[in-house]
Amino acid sequence: MAVRFGIAVFPGTWSERDCSHAVSLAGGESTLLWHADRDLKGSDCVVLPGGFAHGDYLRAGAIARFAPLMDAVAEHARAGGLVLGICNGFQILCEAGLLPGALLRNRGLQFLCQPTWLRVETVSTPFLAELEIGTTLEIPISHGEGRYYADPTTLAQLEAESRVALRYSGPSGELADRYNPNGSLHQIAGILNEQRNVLGMMPHPERACEPLLGSEDGLALFAGVVRGLVAAGR
Amino acid sequence: MTQVVPEAPTPAELREIALTRAEYESATAQLGRTLNPLELGMLGAMWSEHCSYKTSKPLLRQLQSTGARVVLGPGENAGVVDLGGDLLCCFKIESHNHPSAIEPVQGAATGVGGILRDVFAMGARPVALLDAIRFGDLDQSLQRHRFARVVEGIGFYGNCIGVPTVGGETYFDSAYSENCLVNAMCVGLAERSQLVRAVASGPGNPVMLVGADTGRDGIHGATFASVQLDDSAEERRPAVQVGNPYLEKCLLEACLQLCGHPALVGLQDCGAAGLTSSCAEMAHRGGVGIEIDVARVSRRERGMSPYQVMLSESQERMVLVVERGQEDAVRRIFDRWDLHSDIIGRVIAEPELRILDGLEQVATLPLGILVDGFAERRPPSRRPSDLDSRLAPDPLSSPAPWSPEESWLRLLGSPNCGETRWIFRQYDHQVGDDTVRGPGGDAAVLRIKGRRDGLAMTVDGAHRSAALDPRRGTALAVAEAVRNLAVVGAEPLALTNCLNFGDPDQSEVMWQMEEAVGGLADAALAFGIPVVSGNVSLYNDFQGNGIPPTPMVGLVGQVPSVAVSAGLGFRAAGDLIYLIGPAGVELAGSEYQRLAQGTATGTPPRLDVAAELAAAAAIRDLVRGSVLSSAHDCALGGLAVTLAESCIAGGLGAIVESPLAPPSPAPTGWAWGVLFGETSGRYLISVAPDQISRLAAVCQGHGVPVLKLGVVGGSSISIGGLAEIGLVAAAQASSGALVNLMERG
Repeated sequence: MAVRFGIAVFPGTWSERDCSHAVSLAGGESTLLWHADRDLKGSDCVVLPGGFAHGDYLRAGAIARFAPLMDAVAEHARAGGLVLGICNGFQILCEAGLLPGALLRNRGLQFLCQPTWLRVETVSTPFLAELEIGTTLEIPISHGEGRYYADPTTLAQLEAESRVALRYSGPSGELADRYNPNGSLHQIAGILNEQRNVLGMMPHPERACEPLLGSEDGLALFAGVVRGLVAAGR
Repeated sequence: MTQVVPEAPTPAELREIALTRAEYESATAQLGRTLNPLELGMLGAMWSEHCSYKTSKPLLRQLQSTGARVVLGPGENAGVVDLGGDLLCCFKIESHNHPSAIEPVQGAATGVGGILRDVFAMGARPVALLDAIRFGDLDQSLQRHRFARVVEGIGFYGNCIGVPTVGGETYFDSAYSENCLVNAMCVGLAERSQLVRAVASGPGNPVMLVGADTGRDGIHGATFASVQLDDSAEERRPAVQVGNPYLEKCLLEACLQLCGHPALVGLQDCGAAGLTSSCAEMAHRGGVGIEIDVARVSRRERGMSPYQVMLSESQERMVLVVERGQEDAVRRIFDRWDLHSDIIGRVIAEPELRILDGLEQVATLPLGILVDGFAERRPPSRRPSDLDSRLAPDPLSSPAPWSPEESWLRLLGSPNCGETRWIFRQYDHQVGDDTVRGPGGDAAVLRIKGRRDGLAMTVDGAHRSAALDPRRGTALAVAEAVRNLAVVGAEPLALTNCLNFGDPDQSEVMWQMEEAVGGLADAALAFGIPVVSGNVSLYNDFQGNGIPPTPMVGLVGQVPSVAVSAGLGFRAAGDLIYLIGPAGVELAGSEYQRLAQGTATGTPPRLDVAAELAAAAAIRDLVRGSVLSSAHDCALGGLAVTLAESCIAGGLGAIVESPLAPPSPAPTGWAWGVLFGETSGRYLISVAPDQISRLAAVCQGHGVPVLKLGVVGGSSISIGGLAEIGLVAAAQASSGALVNLMERG
């Protein structure tokens, strides 16, 4: 049976179809999950896609975290199920307490849609298991509120536990302020939870799955999940 | 009906609704009675220039709107063309100039919101947005503010609703200091079975208003757009609406779910003149009437009068007519998205718009009068008396203030020619996962999932040459759009246009309109491109100072394969550089002339449509056949700026010869003419040496002149004997053009 991705749809979500397309390119199958339902429809991996859930009113993700679907997502995560939060999905995961920290308004205060390079910082997670530490991925960002922030203790803990998954870098992995598009602390582009089964990231891997669109570096995340789960015999 | 016979309105009351005394008298004569204030307000809005096109309509009849691929032309919410395989493409451009001058963020945002609704009202899913925007010079802080806020507003709406902004055109000129232009274009896709018309039918069928609550915002917005801006414009701020892209996203999804559903009869955007125009137009198209009970309209504020409800331009609302008995099925769709769906009235057999407030009938107007009863206007026109003196000078005889090198770097470093990344990085140009070529190039290219072919689109405005010769300037904009499509391998399908002018009651402006629309009609016909939708924005005038004639052309084309495309940047050192099309030294109305001399004088560039058509066909064949390494339209800033752009994009220098030998004796400005002249019909291409014979064969086959200029490579950009600049210096000038101005605060 194919690996199934459940893609959450909140009112205001807009990259559910992009994610479905990426999943199909990765050889998985996808199904849409409605925010007001609690049914994950047998999903192996839940994707919280990009968009402006509930208009990002109050604060990005602040209303979406109360959706009935999020209870099911939290339960799925606790049971070891995979959850990938992309952009708005990352913001929702932070608001829901499934990941630590917060995403603040970009340094420079502008919405930014541009290519970024991400350095892979850990491979001990199903999302990045097929990659090597230090590899760079070219994946675009598209957000106004993507500046990762956490208190010093949390940051230290994330670093100590190698839970920073992806960092903004130069094309060959060099770390410098000019490669940090939004002012994220520690150049953080993506982080993992303690169990390493929940990944939140601001860049959009689903937009980087075909050479035709400029990069296929993002496909590794989806394909890695598919192959990992197939190999694990699920 | 109120028993009191209303008195004739005062001049001030007529001015408030932009109605002339003669128009008022014509309305009462047709009706055989006076109008009450509500009727007068509705009539004023419907007869305003913005809704009625009473001044431009006679001119617009010249535009050819039919063609083999045209499914629906003007008169609907948007034009529709056939892409084959039961897929339709739906698109339109529209202005939001006046609101953006007053409140740039919301003005621009609601411009985007409005054009999106026009497209999904047809049952099409919006897949791309483009914008053509104009401001005064950025050395003024007010202009920087307005520009930055308009960009923010466009991004705010498009980014939130999740439709990519894939292209556009930005231009700065002091002529737009008082009247900025914000034209937004939207392109959508629909299965043929999903196509919906904005037509009411079936007396007894319920009329529903869905989406946002109705508030007091935007009352008389249509009227506001039909008068000049003046110092009291600030007081019009309440006439600017406030956008809620989140709500519109929900509305979009719900409406698209409904399109193709048997319960839906007709769907119409609730835009300018609010419920009045959407109901009147839908009913009139269907030869029926509509009765509305304003008491059943969900409101944002207490104490709103029927007048305010009928003329509110609150955003994110749609009007629909549904099959009687199917109301609940429709309701369930909107409920799922937490949207209102109020039954506010019904279709009636009598061809009139009837307004109730509960049990009381408060207005009744026959649709023939409300929608069609106005008299078309043809204000007197006059060729500007100083035109000959502006056309006479030879720009080549003007002394140049700067050396060729300095001119070149100044142009590259100017906001009009420099890199526009500062703008488009603020727009999500990728959502939807279909953007093969985004902003910053000649034309955007979108793939269509599941198909081999794709869409190409561009928006191009007439530049300074239109101020000298509106007819030719407009035709040149069409030619430029065709070239922009050709370099990505696309053939034009149809065009949409936004005609921005000053006050048509000034005879010279009326002349500009006549000439420009004539030029558009001639060019569209000559290029074989039907005009399927459009919008006219008049009264872009501040205290008697109008904008130059500024027609914008939005062109949509089809590429047979999205995988094949050249790109504008040079690709490899050693590739050979060619100019396709005529060599020329035409500086009149050029960007160089504007920057160096602050004027537009002389005869604008010639336009040879037959040669343009042949060159475009040759370029398409070359691109589709993967003969070229790069292809770039040679336009703003002339050969020198075009060459530098290809160098900068590819990170490679170039050494080329001048395409023309100087005459003897050479005029003073000869070198500048060769470098920066904007002769139409040219492409700058590069090819690998092993492709030269294919290049020659294709060009010969189309009878197109091709001139070898030089070779890609090195660290400088040199045009034989005329000028040479460093690649790094050129790149720095271009990349800093906007950023340096905008980020200094």
